[in-house]
Amino acid sequence: MVGITSYGGYIPRMRINRGVIYGANAWMAPGLIGFASGERSFCNWDEDSLTMAVEASRDCIKGFDKSAIDLVYFASVTFPFLDRQNAGILATALNLNEEIGSADFSASMRAGSAALIAALNAVKAGDYRNALVAAADRRIAKMAYLQELWYGDGGAALMVGTENIIAEYLGNYTVTVDFVDHFRGADRDYDYNWEERWIRDEGYGKIVPRAVKGLMEKLNVEGKDISKFIMPCVFGGAAQQVAGMFGIDPAVVADNLQNVCGETGTAHPLVMLVAALQEAKPGDKILVTSFGQGCAAMLFQVTDNITKLKDRMGISGSLADRKEENNYIKFLTYRDLVTQDWGMRAEANWKTALTALYRERKRILGMVGGKCTKCGTEQFPKMEICVNPNCGAIGTQVDCEFANLSGKIMSYTGDLLTFTLDPPAHYGMIVFENEGRAMMDFTDYETGKIEVGLPVKNVFRIRNFDRDRGFVQYIWKAKPILVEEEA
Amino acid sequence: MADGIKDKVAVIGMGCTKFGERWDVGAEQLMVEAYQECLEDAGIDMKQIDAAWLGTCYDELSLGKAAVGLANTMHFPYIPVTRVENFCATGTEAFRGAAYAIASGACDIALAIGVEKLKDTGYGGLPAIDSNAGALNGQTLPNVSAPGLFAQLASAYRAKHGVSKEDLKRAMATVSSKSHDNGAKNPKAHLRKPVSVEKIMSAPFVADPLGLFDCCGVSDGSACAILTTPEIAKSLGKKDIITIKSIQIAVSNAQELAYKEWDGSYFATTRNASRRAYEEAGIKNPREEISMMELHDCFSITELVTYEDIGISPVGGAIKDIMDGFYHADGKVPCQIDGGLKCFGHPIGASGLRMLYEMYLQLLGRAGDRQLKDPKYGLTHNLGGFPHNNICAVSIIGRQN
Repeated sequence: MVGITSYGGYIPRMRINRGVIYGANAWMAPGLIGFASGERSFCNWDEDSLTMAVEASRDCIKGFDKSAIDLVYFASVTFPFLDRQNAGILATALNLNEEIGSADFSASMRAGSAALIAALNAVKAGDYRNALVAAADRRIAKMAYLQELWYGDGGAALMVGTENIIAEYLGNYTVTVDFVDHFRGADRDYDYNWEERWIRDEGYGKIVPRAVKGLMEKLNVEGKDISKFIMPCVFGGAAQQVAGMFGIDPAVVADNLQNVCGETGTAHPLVMLVAALQEAKPGDKILVTSFGQGCAAMLFQVTDNITKLKDRMGISGSLADRKEENNYIKFLTYRDLVTQDWGMRAEANWKTALTALYRERKRILGMVGGKCTKCGTEQFPKMEICVNPNCGAIGTQVDCEFANLSGKIMSYTGDLLTFTLDPPAHYGMIVFENEGRAMMDFTDYETGKIEVGLPVKNVFRIRNFDRDRGFVQYIWKAKPILVEEEA
Repeated sequence: MADGIKDKVAVIGMGCTKFGERWDVGAEQLMVEAYQECLEDAGIDMKQIDAAWLGTCYDELSLGKAAVGLANTMHFPYIPVTRVENFCATGTEAFRGAAYAIASGACDIALAIGVEKLKDTGYGGLPAIDSNAGALNGQTLPNVSAPGLFAQLASAYRAKHGVSKEDLKRAMATVSSKSHDNGAKNPKAHLRKPVSVEKIMSAPFVADPLGLFDCCGVSDGSACAILTTPEIAKSLGKKDIITIKSIQIAVSNAQELAYKEWDGSYFATTRNASRRAYEEAGIKNPREEISMMELHDCFSITELVTYEDIGISPVGGAIKDIMDGFYHADGKVPCQIDGGLKCFGHPIGASGLRMLYEMYLQLLGRAGDRQLKDPKYGLTHNLGGFPHNNICAVSIIGRQN
């Protein structure tokens, strides 16, 4: 038996009311009113598909033995790197074993489901035992595009394995059709989109049913057997219509999260699946469809183990960590759609020494410190000579993960001098539960709510963009846990 | 502990430019301005200088690397010239190099000069840290600035001593206001306007809780010293001989960064450097014996915390001393009598020598409107880096006996 053994989700904290976007653009695009309700998620300036995949994956692998993971797949159509394996950065950030398989999946809204199916097949074939599948997208639409309202940012992660399965994989049926509802040429920054009515009727309306029909016939299931029908599709009623064709109860059609999040690109089938798993009961049959140059349909059956998997943010948890940000200019800034004068301090040259990055990849990307095997002192970074003044042993340190430790603020400031896209830049000394410490950037902070002693958790974020060379630097930052969030 | 250099080295000449936005001159002209005053004060000829030390921090902004910038400017006759850099403690580091050369007998007359030309960046504040940070620092340092890192002291100090934001802010503002009063009397100071405590407190934040007036001036300038032995000083006809009583440096060792003990509310280096400096100088009770101080007041909170770490105010007692006027011009231990970094200004490589320049003038009774009555020991505290990772240099000078 093969199936899903764990799940995790991540939706960035910031949400903008679609009415705000509509209001700013109504003078030129009054037709946007049709999509102007609810809110959409969007990344902080230091988040992208990779950082979201890291957070969703951390949520997914919580409580698992990381050393058992031997395959990592990452799907996105908005990877930070076109040629540098993004799954490899993900694996390094998670401090996974390096003796593992890995691959990126891209170039279609179906990349996320393709990665999941590939992982299920790899484990089923016995080539790998535990596969981590992450998908995330931060899709950029031009101002006043319908897609600016349609899209949301987010990601999900699933663990695939053969033991302690929470949702057994029953099979998939896939059709591949070169239906071009939108495309993004290799030299372009934005999608080009065709008419929505055609996409709804000829695309979702005809291609999704081919996959669902094929799956039901292949697995010999009927519409009444389906406990949850997942069909990521922005068009209201489209999923219900497809469900109706197969006798699936309209009441089991999963919410497309359009009202609270928006469509998270190639991650969305997985995002909706995680949301469904968070509410699922043993025995539920979940049918997942994934549209994009054809359609994949997958069927899962939830097992009793679902009740044992607890303490995950998932999609519902990260939707609850919400900060309304209705400053449209800030939204545009964080999507690099406007040009401001950030001053000369923004001109700094951030060329990355790849040799140093490689040597220190565990420290920089994985937040791995050291533990002195002589005195037991845990320290960041890992040092050649133990920092404990009463020890000072040379060459005694073993790896010690700091990423998942909780910490508290020892000192802080909000700095208006240094350049950041989120002024004032907050940073300070964090003291961790193991008495190690680090001077760290903060993120997702709120000015005026930071104080000494406030708890923080570490998150993987963008440090800098090297725009001259197209490189992105990542670093771990401290995210203050505000008191109201704790409650 | 070794004997140290107490009274083994005499300061026979000093010079200092006007600090400020010296748009019309570069580092070379600034150095010559300080050097000329210094050479005339020493009453010697350039050819008598056996060795020289140059201190600059932001080499990429002015003279470039190495010591050739100084030697080329002065046309020294192929003598040994060394460039030193130790963050904002660079000026004292140049002074220490020259002092040790004299104390060791390696040379008879040595020159120390510091210079910084900061106002070629195009913006306020110190230059941003970027690719000059180093291959690894360029990927691991958080996005910090000097005011932001020093501002951390305030939050930790409040937490440690249970001080309210308002009380600490007022004490910090009093520190700055006192220095503005002093700087107003100094013709060479960058900033020469008195500023009220209320105005300081209501200024916009640079880095919470530091407002504009909690930060020192970013200036162009140069300062210079000529050193020799007390014996040679005497042979040159010097009457009031000023000697070095101690120079001590303490450097962070990563314990503040990575070990559990430091709480962020004080300078571990300053406590060590000052203790050793008093020992070297033979000072038992600094609160009673130190006549005046120039502390590294890059930010008001730095000066406040340093009052304690330098061993003058008790730990947790700085605010009371500040509000009592203990460090004002008419107080028991006047501090930043020349205006300090706050108002005299802070051309990094020159600052340590600028502090010594004021102590030297005061000890010789040449400080004009700012002259204190009969000072015995002048202390300078020159700090480079940041509270969690820094270089602290403490020097004490005084009359020969």
